[in-house]
Amino acid sequence: MTALLQHPGYDEEKLRRVAEQLPCREVQAGLLLSLMGEPQQYSYPSIFIYGHRASGKSHVLHVLLKELELHHATVSCVECVSVALLFEQVLLSFFGCDAASLLPRSPSLSDFVRIYRQQPVTMETSSHQTVVLNPVVEDNVTVILLSEIVWDKFRPNTGCFEPLLLHFPDYSKGELQQILSQDRHPSYSAEFYSSYINILLGVFYSVCRDLRELRHLAALNFSKFCEPLEEGKVKETDTHKLWRNIEPHLKKAMQTVYLREVSSLQWEQMQLMEEKEAGALRGLSAHTHVELPFYSKFLLIAAYLASYNPARTDKRFFLKHHGKIRKTNFLKKNEKTSNHLLGPKPFPLDRLLAIFYSVVDSRVAPTASIFSQISSLVTLQLLTQVSHDDQLDAPKYKCAVSLDFICAISRTVNFDIVKYLYDFL
Amino acid sequence: MDITWSSVKSIIKKWKVYDPHKRTISTVEHGGGSILVWGCVSAAGPGSFVKVEGNTNAEKYHQILEDNLIQSARELRLGRRFIFQQDNDPKHTAKDAQKWFKDNKVNVLDWPSPRQKVNTFYRQCVLQDELNRKILDSLLDFTRKCSSARQHSDWASQMRANEIPTAALVLGVNVPDHDITFQSLSELLHQSVTPHVASVEAKECGALKHLMKRVLERLMDTVVDDDEEEETEHTSTQLHKSVNCSLSALCDWYITKTKRSSPAEHERQQQPPVVIIFKDLEAFNPRVLRDFILICSRYIERLPLMFIFGIATSPSTIQRMLPHSVSSLLCIELFQSLSCTQHLATVIDQLILTPQFPFKLNAKVMQVLLSIFLYHDFSVRNFIKGLQLALLEHFHSQPLSVLCCKKKEALLNVMQLSHRDLERIRQLPSFKRYVEKQESQEQVNLITDDSHLKETCRKMIKGLHKYHKNYYPILKCLHTLTSALPRYPLGKQIRELHLTCLEKNVWENEDYQSAMKLLKMLAKDDLIALLQRCGEILKPVKSKKMKSTAFQLEELLTKFKQLDSNEEDSITSPIKNLQKKTDLFQLQKTLLEMNETRRSKKLSPFEILRNEALEFIDSLVKSHLSPPESQTLHEVCYYSSSATVRRHLNATPRTSIQAALSSPYYYLQNENLKTEDGTVSNAAPDICIAYKLHLECGRLINLYDWLELISTNLHLFLSLSFSARFIRSVSELEFLGFIKSTKQKTDHVARLTWGGC
Repeated sequence: MTALLQHPGYDEEKLRRVAEQLPCREVQAGLLLSLMGEPQQYSYPSIFIYGHRASGKSHVLHVLLKELELHHATVSCVECVSVALLFEQVLLSFFGCDAASLLPRSPSLSDFVRIYRQQPVTMETSSHQTVVLNPVVEDNVTVILLSEIVWDKFRPNTGCFEPLLLHFPDYSKGELQQILSQDRHPSYSAEFYSSYINILLGVFYSVCRDLRELRHLAALNFSKFCEPLEEGKVKETDTHKLWRNIEPHLKKAMQTVYLREVSSLQWEQMQLMEEKEAGALRGLSAHTHVELPFYSKFLLIAAYLASYNPARTDKRFFLKHHGKIRKTNFLKKNEKTSNHLLGPKPFPLDRLLAIFYSVVDSRVAPTASIFSQISSLVTLQLLTQVSHDDQLDAPKYKCAVSLDFICAISRTVNFDIVKYLYDFL
Repeated sequence: MDITWSSVKSIIKKWKVYDPHKRTISTVEHGGGSILVWGCVSAAGPGSFVKVEGNTNAEKYHQILEDNLIQSARELRLGRRFIFQQDNDPKHTAKDAQKWFKDNKVNVLDWPSPRQKVNTFYRQCVLQDELNRKILDSLLDFTRKCSSARQHSDWASQMRANEIPTAALVLGVNVPDHDITFQSLSELLHQSVTPHVASVEAKECGALKHLMKRVLERLMDTVVDDDEEEETEHTSTQLHKSVNCSLSALCDWYITKTKRSSPAEHERQQQPPVVIIFKDLEAFNPRVLRDFILICSRYIERLPLMFIFGIATSPSTIQRMLPHSVSSLLCIELFQSLSCTQHLATVIDQLILTPQFPFKLNAKVMQVLLSIFLYHDFSVRNFIKGLQLALLEHFHSQPLSVLCCKKKEALLNVMQLSHRDLERIRQLPSFKRYVEKQESQEQVNLITDDSHLKETCRKMIKGLHKYHKNYYPILKCLHTLTSALPRYPLGKQIRELHLTCLEKNVWENEDYQSAMKLLKMLAKDDLIALLQRCGEILKPVKSKKMKSTAFQLEELLTKFKQLDSNEEDSITSPIKNLQKKTDLFQLQKTLLEMNETRRSKKLSPFEILRNEALEFIDSLVKSHLSPPESQTLHEVCYYSSSATVRRHLNATPRTSIQAALSSPYYYLQNENLKTEDGTVSNAAPDICIAYKLHLECGRLINLYDWLELISTNLHLFLSLSFSARFIRSVSELEFLGFIKSTKQKTDHVARLTWGGC
């Protein structure tokens, strides 16, 4: 395998170390190396690497640059909210804080280039998920861009120097098996751990190919896997029994700890506990009940009705003497059963309040706190304001809760909401 | 009331209201910051203000009084006829100062209200802490566990992804209360876990940059360099040039911080975590939060970060806001706080259902406060604010509230009442009722003789205190008995029972009678358990009445227990005798008798005892749970103006606009505007007249007709200035939302309100 990573200009020993650290990514590493060429050669100015999460992009680059002792700076573009930060971080990691402090306030690109030129040494840049290109520095610099998204999304309208595109494919099941088996537990044999990884991948491979996540899950559940072994019930080679023990446990993990319904700390504690106690632990999404003040409940109900009923049907639902409205006329075909599929519609504040007053049994004074409740419902994200915040006159809202939620709410105030919904007539 | 004193740059914390009718001098005292000021104010104007050097003690206070008080009085030409008033600071009440007042013949008046108020507020803070103690403790445990888990270096923790420990703190929708919780949380964290705590709110973190900046500022306690904000530039540029708005700067800072402190405590290698509290998770921009978590996860190996999310609705919000790729970076644990109704129950129990505080609310005010809580905001803090408002209003508006204090002080204060105050007592409706019941000689005495009235007042105050002392334990007993019944005839919560008791005689209530009927059907074990609980409630109460009732209850309970042993020899069944009789007539007769006995079935000893117990309870209720209106002088302690409270706490903007427009006198208080109801005087502002006349129009209003209508009403000729005034009032009405321009007819406006035409 090491034969793949042969390149003139670099030390054999170093290349071997690199190859050791990069299992299943030899092809990509070799390609990168050949793109960069020998240390004294000029390299291609920009390379764009893309691939899914945890497919080894940063790892490969990091290992290459570090082991081959290439001068580099790594910058995260999420972190650099302004250009100044980006420049500063690049200068800082190249030349230390002296150069970085030379940057003026709100620097431009030419400032950056000027300071860059003043410095004696120049080497290669690798930038993490960056879109900012700086090929202006006339020097031996390679900008390597890492991203989870394809290049087409980043291409600026004005056109730019096209980078070389390099794709990192997902790891296959076999590759995952090979990589994960490497970090075995020191007190168990490699075969034993590899069989564990095999079982783990059998359960999780269909939902998750993220190496980082899989490694995390493997570490969390390994103690449970070893349990029968520790108790002396089975031998290491008895894979079937081990599988029978761990399989339901892993399935449960997929529904809880993988989705972060239960924290990994709690999961570890649960493994220590007895089976029956463990069932008591409820995940995050099990707590859906929300306690609301009385009028807030009715405001939310009114908002839901306003969002899902066509405005012309309000008369039929909320007026006491609405006169005769013919059913055939009332139920238009295209509107029927479609409102819940289409999602909530925006409604003005006046309509919300009109429905609210007719829905609430008792007489309610239009006090300031009714209005403040509307805005607090907005901050709780049970309602969303459709129009802009600045619009004081006739703001529009949408209801952002589900049918189940509103049914639960209306049950607590003895209000049969289904009777008032146009879709369910 | 906070008043900044610009020249000395200190904030004066207390400011006492002085009564312009009395010629009193009050003190203003306590400087915030470094300078202490003593000053006095009277109806005639402010007296001297002096700076006080160093700490004040009783001696110094004496000296200040000596130097300044008499001097000020002389300057203000008050002579010796003033009343001095101060709060009950220990140095004020020291014997030295007391003696000085006596020697110099200065009358001193105590003012109970500020202290009471502070008292309640203080208690509230303590309460909040206690309520949240449990959840805060578990949170602290969590933080400690997380920070210690980081230090392990076994295989599993090496392999595990580095997650950011996160506590999801579900607090309920009562957002105003959260502040105190977070405050005490961050204080506790400061004390016991880590010095690095930063809390951020959504409204100050619109973009990632701002969030980052706030976090850094709060952790590092410095001004962070930022490109945009010009104000901070002067101070920050020189000092913190290198401090940039990024987490790497924070990392460096953290490393230097821990390095500096580590040699001192070498054994403890543990690094204190950096806690970031997101006060209102729902309001955060999900994008900002996502990016921030992504960035933080890159630094987690160097910086032991920890998050606390304050959640108002439900924990599933986290999953709604953060995609799996981000939430997989967190290790989320859930903490649920008390529900707000439980919270309220504790507050009511501690603040209202106790004889400790002489200040009380009557039924209507209580109702208003509770309905605001239940219907509108669920906020305990606002409830307590309402209580404080009622307190303030009571002491402000009711002169007889001097008597609303602890029993001893109240008795003293009675003796110091002036003739005018006594007249006020005579005007009280409850006192009038009392007088009517007395004999004629006594009536005359009460109305004419001041000293006799004072004596009776003392008795009444004592009675009132005794009433309160007995009322609450009995209320709690009744609640324990009735809350166990099916369908809660007298309410599930004790506050509901309290309200019915405040309103009228509870024993005349239908629900009470049905509750008693249900109690009469209780099984033995249940009844005994309930009575035992009642006994536990009554035991700690220190009043003679309650002691004796507790004793009687004990006796009843022992009787119940004795029943167990006597149970065997129960009544012999009459059916046994039946077989002996063969005669048809006799048989008929016995059967009839049996029917009779079945109807008026003989009571078993248990049933007799049960009835006895319930009658005992009933008598207790009748003697102690009468509404406060039946007590004489209840006006002293009970605040009754529910309208004021409602107006202050639950404003109705629409109604007040209506009131202002239809009767401007209500707000302007100008004699010219005073009119018979329904009409508006010509002197009223234009907008009022325009409003009044627009009510008489139809749905569409012709502007010219409207103008003419107004001009004829005001007997004014149409002129340019008049039409300008008219246009102004029309646009004002449009701004208030009564009319709007319409496209149907060009010179018309449409009415937006109904009625009137």
